[in-house]
Amino acid sequence: MKHARKVAIGIVAVVFTVCLLANFVAPAPYAMQFRDFISAPASRHFWLGTDELGRDRWSRLLYGTRISLLLAPAAALLSTLMAVLIGGVAGYMGGWWDRIVLRVIDIFLSIPWLFLFLIVRAVLPLNTSPLESVIITFMIMGLLGWASPARVIRAGAQSLRNSDLVLHARACGCRGPRLLLMHIAPNLKPVVFAQFWISIPTFILGEASLGLIGLGVAEPLPSWGNLLRELVNPQVVTGSPYVLAPLVLLAVVVSCFQLLLPEKEFAA
Amino acid sequence: MRRVLGFLILSAASLFAQWGGELRFCVRSDPKTFNPLMVEDEASETIRYLTGGVLIRVNRLTQELEPELATSWKISQHGKAITFKLRHGVSFSDGTPFSAEDVAYTMHALMDPSLHSPTADAFRSGSGDIQTLASGDQITIVFPAPLAGIERLFDQTPMLSARAVKKEATVLGPFVVAKYTPGTEVLLARNIHYWKTDASGRRLPHLDAIRLDIQQNRDIELARFTRGELHLINNIDPEVFNRLAKQAPSLVNDAGPSLESEMMWFNQNPNAQLPEYEKAWFRSKNFRRAISAAIKRTDMCRVIYFGHAAPAVGPISPANRFWFQAQLKAHAYDPQQAMERLRQDGFHLDAGVLRDREGHAVEFSLITNAGNKARERMSAMIQQDLQTIGIKVNLVSLDFRSLIERISQNFRYEACLLGLTNYDLDPNSQMNVWLSSASNHQWNPSQKKPATAWEAQVDKLMEAQASAVTREKRKGYFDKVQDIVWEEAPFIYLVTKNSLSAFSPKLQNAEPAMIRPQVYWNADRLVLGPAQLAKDLR
Amino acid sequence: MWMRRIARHLAAFVVTTLIAGLLGATLVRFGPGFDADEQRLDPRLNAQSIQAIDKAHAEERHLVSYYAHYLGRVAAGDLGFSRSLSRPVSELLAERASVTFKLLGAGLAGGWVLGLALAVPVAVFRAPLFDLASTAISGIFLCVPTAVLALFLFLYNGPVRFAIALLIFPKVFRYARNLFVDAYTQPHVLTARARGVRGARIFLWHVAPWAAPQLLALAGVSVGVAFGAAIPIEVLCDFPGIGQLAWKAALARDLPVLVSLTIFIAAFTQLTNSASDLAVAAISRERK
Repeated sequence: MKHARKVAIGIVAVVFTVCLLANFVAPAPYAMQFRDFISAPASRHFWLGTDELGRDRWSRLLYGTRISLLLAPAAALLSTLMAVLIGGVAGYMGGWWDRIVLRVIDIFLSIPWLFLFLIVRAVLPLNTSPLESVIITFMIMGLLGWASPARVIRAGAQSLRNSDLVLHARACGCRGPRLLLMHIAPNLKPVVFAQFWISIPTFILGEASLGLIGLGVAEPLPSWGNLLRELVNPQVVTGSPYVLAPLVLLAVVVSCFQLLLPEKEFAA
Repeated sequence: MRRVLGFLILSAASLFAQWGGELRFCVRSDPKTFNPLMVEDEASETIRYLTGGVLIRVNRLTQELEPELATSWKISQHGKAITFKLRHGVSFSDGTPFSAEDVAYTMHALMDPSLHSPTADAFRSGSGDIQTLASGDQITIVFPAPLAGIERLFDQTPMLSARAVKKEATVLGPFVVAKYTPGTEVLLARNIHYWKTDASGRRLPHLDAIRLDIQQNRDIELARFTRGELHLINNIDPEVFNRLAKQAPSLVNDAGPSLESEMMWFNQNPNAQLPEYEKAWFRSKNFRRAISAAIKRTDMCRVIYFGHAAPAVGPISPANRFWFQAQLKAHAYDPQQAMERLRQDGFHLDAGVLRDREGHAVEFSLITNAGNKARERMSAMIQQDLQTIGIKVNLVSLDFRSLIERISQNFRYEACLLGLTNYDLDPNSQMNVWLSSASNHQWNPSQKKPATAWEAQVDKLMEAQASAVTREKRKGYFDKVQDIVWEEAPFIYLVTKNSLSAFSPKLQNAEPAMIRPQVYWNADRLVLGPAQLAKDLR
Repeated sequence: MWMRRIARHLAAFVVTTLIAGLLGATLVRFGPGFDADEQRLDPRLNAQSIQAIDKAHAEERHLVSYYAHYLGRVAAGDLGFSRSLSRPVSELLAERASVTFKLLGAGLAGGWVLGLALAVPVAVFRAPLFDLASTAISGIFLCVPTAVLALFLFLYNGPVRFAIALLIFPKVFRYARNLFVDAYTQPHVLTARARGVRGARIFLWHVAPWAAPQLLALAGVSVGVAFGAAIPIEVLCDFPGIGQLAWKAALARDLPVLVSLTIFIAAFTQLTNSASDLAVAAISRERK
């Protein structure tokens, strides 16, 4: 696994570097329409072909990776931290506090949050730049994405509360936030890392779904989400397999993230 | 020998295949109503067309009026009254006879003030009730005020039975609703009492039934069509059309321009929450004409519609043979002319950015409805085209309801890109668009008095055409409206889409028209034949 | 005492459901486009008809009174009338519930079986290559939009119900794999192994019970995740289920349907999460 981790570090570093240098590396601006070359196959000029407006797919993939690779992990971190804070504290404290938090989580999971996105879109000025609107979208997803993992983390904290290691720690005089941070939180790492890893593609795909109702990344700014929306058209996929490039890249990067996380290896 | 045998078998089979069979195609959503007077959505309109019996029918191919349940009609009192001579021997689907009483009942039901529907409103020429005077097989309907193009309105008005308890199930059309499974399908069965017969005297329709599958996804619809599960796709996307044309060119049909077009407009509402300098831009004819001249319509037709569209001229499509102002041409792509018009208004280019007299950079947002791929692509193309003359366009896709709220209620928008579908050939149906006091006068609705001289002129011309007696006189007035709209460009018309459809070779007697319903407009004469058999024997 | 506890839980259940319904209704009511009917754009309608369209929504504009009336009607078994589909809401839910439950049932069962089938061997046999391969496979399926998977399955005559399973299994795999691997490093497992306990016995008696509370919580949450995934699947593949109804109602701002759905989902979410909480509590008592 050490070798796998090194390879993962290398891949993520290369992807990050290339997409940060997109302005220099991309052969064409992401919005430029080559109208005489619409839906063109891969060629020397267009490495991944062009889309239905004649825009270079390779350039759009580079710029789209920059957006998604920076924002999706940030949103995932935000939602995971909120889940740890809310779920972890609720599970640790138990009693009334735990019951109230559980009810809040259940309410949270039932509400049609789509309308919050619509309200935000309505409130934002129409000349909000695509970059600003995508940052806001990912931030909202991060703020709303804590409820499901909070439940799982709460269950973990609850079972740890009565475990031997916590009893030992209490017997040694450890209390309150110190107990939570030094003994309970570290033992929640398996679910916390799992949640973080799962959240990244979930938010990217969530942004893609929001695009169907105008809440995703605004044209012409590319993102993995709006590039993946092309997959909804099966004929495009079978006719032009290059549309799978964002999917392949996303899968590779997500898998690499998994290998990068400091999870426990197998016991000897 | 094989060919002779094949011909013999085909002839024999085709004789047996004249009658019967179940036609299958899709509708996009569940019908909202089966009441033909309340129809507002496409699925309900499809069912109304296939089950309803009307007094006068617009032939979708020739666009001329044809007698149906009325053998003849006469307009009198300067367009206030219409007298029908009704056909003898016609029965409803429950066997009860059709008479003038049913026409009177239908018209009174339609004019009920509590009934609010496009069908009903089309007949409301003024306040007051209608009068119906029946005498034998004749009935005269007198409206409170003259109604321009009144006879065409009856194409959308199926007759109801005055006596039947289940009004929606008692029809005069070729089919009757047999079964409705919500979310899945609507089954229409042959109306055994349908009045039309074929040349040999046998009662129509040829088909036993029509099955309407409720299917929104166009890819699934296409897959089912290519698998042979569906017999036709009535209104096919250009992308899908292209794909299908490559696989099987004989299955697709481009009937030419439809009545649908795409257009954009600027918000000229004086109460809009926009900076004054922006309002000044949008009110300027030179600005609007410059934008129009900077947009490459031919690219849109080629890139988005794969050649199955043409640059739009104005509010009337060339498909509308009588009303289209043939002397007008689409605004040409001419960026130099665009810059010239802008200079006349004091705009100038500054390091590639267009600025107005006061130095404000010309930038505006263009909203359209999310999920409509063609419009999203069109707006991206407009963005690139306008960038060449230094204008920055911010694209915003909104869900449809949010968009409607902005353009018709709070007016918080700058420019909008939407489509226009004319349901009726007669421009009188567009009164609520062209009258400056109307709510659908999109760029500046519900004006207390016309904001500009040309809008006042358009108001006068629309009222004149509504009260003119002859069709030719009306055309004269409406041609002038089209001229003014072309010149002033309150709407920047972009493309007129072609009428694209696909149908199985099994479907005989299909003659796709430019106007809806394209393929099944003659559903009572459609036949399912053995085309597959012929292909196998080649 | 039991009666008091049950009454308390029931009261909390009802209050939570009602609050969820009210909050959902608030979001819909104050969201953009609530008063904007598509019919306004029909040029054939006159001013009186447009006024009548606006008036038809009048009852829904005053949120608190609407909600109070709604609850009164619900008590009488009437969930209201859908404006967008022109049918009683109760009829719509009754027709569509079975479609969605079949989709969810198959998806959840398949997802959990597949997820655990990958996670258990990874933990028990400690094979790094198998771990890597499972991570890669689950990573790929995490990245494919579920609706796209469902559409491909539909078009190529595959089992569409399996699409939800393909969404759920990567999450189950990841959580379960991490929990099981972590469990093997716990003192009680090390002690058991030192005493000669091996193989399946270690897993069943020491590892699985340790991971169970979190996995059971995940089970409760995965129902909600599956329901969220059902919406795009039903919309794209035209399955007439509750997910498709929710989407159509959201686009049409159909308040009666959305409030009923929010209440239904709140109740369902609480039931599934409560079931998992009870199971967790039972296991904790066993372990004590």
